[in-house]
Amino acid sequence: MRFDSLIDSVGNTPLVGLPRLSPSADVRVWAKLEDRNPTGSVKDRPALWMIEQAEKEGLLTPGCTILEPTSGNTGISLAMSARLKGYKLICVMPENTSEERRQLLRMWGAEIIPSPAAGGSNEAVRVAKRLAAENPSWVMLYQYGNPANWRSHYESTGPEILRDLPSITHFVAGLGTTGTLMGVGRYLREHVPGVQIVAAEPRYGELVYGLRNVDEGFIPEIYDADVLTTRFSVTSADALRRTRELLGSEGIFAGISTGCALHAALGMAAKAVKAGERADIVFIVADGGWKYLSTGAYEGTLDQAEDRLEGQLWA
Amino acid sequence: MAIEVRIPTILRTYTDGAKSVNAAGATLSDLIGDLESRHPGLRERIVDDSGLRRFVNVYLNDEDVRFLGGLDTPVADGDTVTVLPAVAGGMR
Repeated sequence: MRFDSLIDSVGNTPLVGLPRLSPSADVRVWAKLEDRNPTGSVKDRPALWMIEQAEKEGLLTPGCTILEPTSGNTGISLAMSARLKGYKLICVMPENTSEERRQLLRMWGAEIIPSPAAGGSNEAVRVAKRLAAENPSWVMLYQYGNPANWRSHYESTGPEILRDLPSITHFVAGLGTTGTLMGVGRYLREHVPGVQIVAAEPRYGELVYGLRNVDEGFIPEIYDADVLTTRFSVTSADALRRTRELLGSEGIFAGISTGCALHAALGMAAKAVKAGERADIVFIVADGGWKYLSTGAYEGTLDQAEDRLEGQLWA
Repeated sequence: MAIEVRIPTILRTYTDGAKSVNAAGATLSDLIGDLESRHPGLRERIVDDSGLRRFVNVYLNDEDVRFLGGLDTPVADGDTVTVLPAVAGGMR
């Protein structure tokens, strides 16, 4: 495969079967390897689509400063595109995200403004919105509310999956900005009658949520619950366990949010087996494990890894 | 028939501090009724007249019961039910 530039190589990622983790020949689980994108995560798609949409609308011109709340991957994707296209990037990032993400962002030339750990990504969104209001010349692409986020998946990820697996019955992805689920979900619903769209939501411990009030729950503007069939809530322990199973059984070295999606995918697989129905379940490998090595997720016992992960944002 | 019900920290005053308790029933509604018979007061912290309380999430094997059958969701031996305050979500 040949491309004119790195940016042109975004997407067209492999879809690989999981022969060992799939429960039977009739109920199969497939991994969409989004870590094979240029900066190593699924976020290369929405980042590129958001930038190119802003360019089309004349919001972004050479020399502009982009501002974005991100727990890491979107920032890294934006930083790569910004570098190649001549923009400055400022990321608002929760302080309890991994050190690798910070180093990568700095390496690509982004500036990081830390937001308080308590409140996680929601707090980063709040800080970014305030900074955007104070600095009207900065362009906030705002992945949580930008339709180009879900459209990137509607126009690329969704068609790729259907092309590679026309017999798909379930699509599973993590629930963050909701862009992957909204975009792939809408595309598949238009083309595959009865397809099930399944969200996997990280369930963090009280260290992350402890200081928040119930009425502070943040709903991304692009989220539409009607696109989803169902939703799973996955503990850090289960996400870690599945991340290790994926590595141990299938050789796929993925980040912890992938374990979260796999847990939901295997939950749906178990239901299909119980119901005696065939299933082809695709889940998203959002990124590789490299950026999480310092969290200790892959070393020692699961309990030790879980303890080390307490209070950290892993999705 | 035993179904494991995981209780969040803030409701453990009703279960003598237990993190999880066993209960029985054919539906989630039955299960919560059975819980109430052994842990009085717990039911009204989970449901009100209109169904599941707004700021409570209940998961059957980690799947949100609001996307299943709500209180009518069938439950079976070996299932795990998790009750959580909805502070973490707010996605609905």
